Amino acid sequence: MIQQQQPKPSNVDWLLLALYAIFVVYGLFCIYASAYKEEHPLIFDTTQNYGKQVIWIGLSLFLGLLILFVDEKFFYAFAYPIYGITIFLLIAVLVFGTTVKGSSSWIEIGGFRMQPAEFAKFGAALALAKFLSGYNIKFKERKTQIIAGIISFLPAVIILFQNETGSALVFGAFIFVLYREGLPGWILFVGFAIVVLSVLALLIPALYLIIAIGIIAVLFTLLIRRTRQNLLIVAGVTIAMMLYVESVDYVFENVLQAHQKSRINVLLGKEVDLKGAGYNVMQSKIAIGSGGLFGKGYLEGTQNKFRFVPEQSTDFIFCTIGEEYGFIGSLVFIVLYMTLLWRIVFLAERQRYKFNRIYGYSVASILFIHFLINIGMTLGLMPVIGIPLPFISYGGSSLFSFTILLFIFIRLDANKVNELRGEFE
Amino acid sequence: MNSTPKKQVLLAIFFVVALIYVLRLAVMQLFDDSYLRSAQENVLQEQTIYPARGLIYDRNGELLVYNDAIYDLTVIPDQVKDLDTADFCSVLGITREEFIARFEKIRKGVGYAPWRSAVFEKQLTIPIYAAFQEKLFSFRGFQVEVRTDRKYQHSNAAHIMGYIGEVTDRDIERSEGYYRMGDLKGRSGVEYSYEEVLRGRKGIRYVLVDSKSRTQGRYKNGMFDTAAIAGKNISLTIDQQLQELGEQLLQNKIGSIVAIEPSTGEILALVSMPTYDPNLFVGRQRGNNYMKLLSDPMKPLFNRPLAAPYPPGSIFKVIMSLVGQQEGVLNPNTTYGCRGGYHMGGLTVGCHPHSSPLQLRGAVAVSCNAYFCHVYRSVIDNLMYPNSEAAYQKWYEHISSFGIGHPLGVDLFGEGKGFLPPSTYYDKIYGRYRWKSSTTISLAIGQGELGITPLQMANATAIVANRGYYITPHVVKKIDNKPNPNEQFRKKIWASVDTPYYGVVIDGMQDVVERGTGYVARIPGIEICGKTGTAQNPHGKDHSVFFAFAPKHQPKIAIAVFVENAGFGATWAAPIASLMIEQYLTGKHDTRKYLLERMLKGNLVRRNDSTTTTQTVQR
Repeated sequence: MIQQQQPKPSNVDWLLLALYAIFVVYGLFCIYASAYKEEHPLIFDTTQNYGKQVIWIGLSLFLGLLILFVDEKFFYAFAYPIYGITIFLLIAVLVFGTTVKGSSSWIEIGGFRMQPAEFAKFGAALALAKFLSGYNIKFKERKTQIIAGIISFLPAVIILFQNETGSALVFGAFIFVLYREGLPGWILFVGFAIVVLSVLALLIPALYLIIAIGIIAVLFTLLIRRTRQNLLIVAGVTIAMMLYVESVDYVFENVLQAHQKSRINVLLGKEVDLKGAGYNVMQSKIAIGSGGLFGKGYLEGTQNKFRFVPEQSTDFIFCTIGEEYGFIGSLVFIVLYMTLLWRIVFLAERQRYKFNRIYGYSVASILFIHFLINIGMTLGLMPVIGIPLPFISYGGSSLFSFTILLFIFIRLDANKVNELRGEFE
Repeated sequence: MNSTPKKQVLLAIFFVVALIYVLRLAVMQLFDDSYLRSAQENVLQEQTIYPARGLIYDRNGELLVYNDAIYDLTVIPDQVKDLDTADFCSVLGITREEFIARFEKIRKGVGYAPWRSAVFEKQLTIPIYAAFQEKLFSFRGFQVEVRTDRKYQHSNAAHIMGYIGEVTDRDIERSEGYYRMGDLKGRSGVEYSYEEVLRGRKGIRYVLVDSKSRTQGRYKNGMFDTAAIAGKNISLTIDQQLQELGEQLLQNKIGSIVAIEPSTGEILALVSMPTYDPNLFVGRQRGNNYMKLLSDPMKPLFNRPLAAPYPPGSIFKVIMSLVGQQEGVLNPNTTYGCRGGYHMGGLTVGCHPHSSPLQLRGAVAVSCNAYFCHVYRSVIDNLMYPNSEAAYQKWYEHISSFGIGHPLGVDLFGEGKGFLPPSTYYDKIYGRYRWKSSTTISLAIGQGELGITPLQMANATAIVANRGYYITPHVVKKIDNKPNPNEQFRKKIWASVDTPYYGVVIDGMQDVVERGTGYVARIPGIEICGKTGTAQNPHGKDHSVFFAFAPKHQPKIAIAVFVENAGFGATWAAPIASLMIEQYLTGKHDTRKYLLERMLKGNLVRRNDSTTTTQTVQR
């Protein structure tokens, strides 16, 4: 925060802006295609979702522009208050919230509904960035790690109380940020191992899995140097894995309720549920799978047009891309999305200030988690968790929050003074 | 802190996930076409367009069977909004409780979905339908769907018309994909035998539907659609008025009437009593009524004139006279005496008192049993043949050529073949070469093992009327106003007796009516040739039988009447035949009121349960 400076147009990262514009416009056309009604052909028809989305986009652009003109120090200075406000709103929702489709995550102010959970993301990102970039903060210290963890995951805990599992999961993105800032790699590995073991434990009878782990452990010991210490580690890890498998099995059988078990079984393909979530996924896969190489064409997707995929303009918007634009269209979308993530990471690494870098990584990680869960869900690779596809899905709250999230980073990045002139650290 | 590897690890995670998704997309979109098929199954719906079933007319162009629109009230549950239940119930005439119960029933039905249309009330009556049409707009979610069903103009001729019913699994299998579950098809009568003419061809319309099965438009502008082709109309050979009279005359009796136009083989009337109202097979009570009729001990569903085998009785003597002449063992002047019957060894066939001796014409006229036993004996024991078996074989062929003992090929379902015993039949009973004329003498007078259906009897009468040939009897005169294309129904089939031999027999038959046993059938001004018969019935009272044709020259009608357990042929069968002939030839049947009255009032059905049957089925 050396020098206050208004961003010059040349300092703004035009690639990010261009990608943002492409996604928002592409999203609008997808929403138009999926919500299209013959009696309302006009895309600006504000009685329809696409017309409303036009308004959201307009407001978002205004919001984005506003952010670009805000003093850069503002975000650093007000990181904690903003975080505080979002936490307050999350708690307020628990008390005053309006229930929409089973989740009580909405707050209604003068006819406008919004989801504070969407805004908690950049609140947490700002707070985490400020905390970790603070003077005298060493990530290696236990205390630092605990506080960083609390800042990252407190919103998720509150959101879980709102019955919004999906939005809560998004905060898992901060694991990547913490990893970048010094969290040991083995935690990522353990996290990964837990996910894989859980899935295997549910798919394969526990006994077989335990035997398999034992065999692998024996083979493993034959390959490594059999020092006393190594053997102890292998034995410990092996026993821990076996106990974990057994406990997953126990929890699944004895703690979970029938409908929860059923949902898990559907996801793992052990059960076919064509009425609930399984129906959505089946229709979503049919929509995408029937797109072929080039797709059925704009407004020609039959799955899309005849409303076979529920929630198509929001959570299942990727179906429209898959069905109407085919493999080529999907590929282009994924490549563009990856370009966006790469660009953010690339810019983040260039920042002089830790605050900017951490915030940049938070943005990239959050966008990635949305991509991972949302697209994975439409392809039947992830459970049905209702979170939007950034910039594309219909909805004011989500578009505002992603716009703010991204534009704050663009604003931070626009101070070229902040750029590192070379490698250091 | 070394940041570069960590940055690369994170980017690697991002890109690996993206790569997995791209591969997954490639598999789904490029290499697996099951999704494409599922997408088509989702939206493409094949709708069947049902053609109108052909109408049925009688020979004079009177409409007998037509299609009636029926109105089903259907409901799409999740479209029902702001329903004024009280008003709705009062229009439909149901109580609130029933209303709730109906909805419960729909909800529990097979394949229930709130967006799918379900039948709320089947077959609204016309007044309720009319009331509904006016108020339908205020009952959102409810619709009236129109279907067609058969409607029979008259409540008679059930056995000719037949009925339609839902196809069975077997029908579906054998139709090579034409029939679908729930389709209606002819199950008996003309509806059955002319099914393919009457049904037309179903059309198919491909439409696009949305996720709630609502039609969204044609598929490719109807490029793959096929139009429905309406069924063809049929004109029967039946004379509706004659048919109706026949059914009235036979009411409260069990029996059959078959009337044929000899020159064409067209069946003018085909009465089977007891019968039923064909409208019982229409609409929602179809199943119940069918079960009721099926379990009726009077067997109203049994098509007697086509399938019931009766001993022909004295009527057989006419055929015997012809066969004897053809075989050269009999001529008009052959004279046999009769002393109260036929005596041969220990065997006696009784006869009634009449003048004796008699020549052929006289023997036919008074129906002398002895005379025809002699004729039979001279045929079977004819020395021209090496043995009785060979002679019997010849006799068998003659009788067979009169259309007896085998189905005639009528265009109706359920024709029986009667029974004409082949020589092997007697071989089995008596041993080969161990039987002769005396063993089988009852055949001479139409008794014994012989079984002949009323249709065969009427056809044999037509042969006599035609002096030697018949045309396969049939009930369909025209299809689509063009003559029945079946060549079989134009071909003359000659019996094995030459035309000159018929004269004397026909004279004898005329005597029967003019001054013999069939005098009661006489109509001044019409030359009727007939023959009474009293068929012995081992199960009860004899059957009353009469067959006749008229006029004598260029006959217009040949008729056979059977009245079960009614005694002498002259008592019931002859008057009925006479009234029928009069009706057909003159258009009137009430010139002899006493006779008509007696026939209409005659009740030969004794059993209590059966009287109720006849009342319920004969409206």
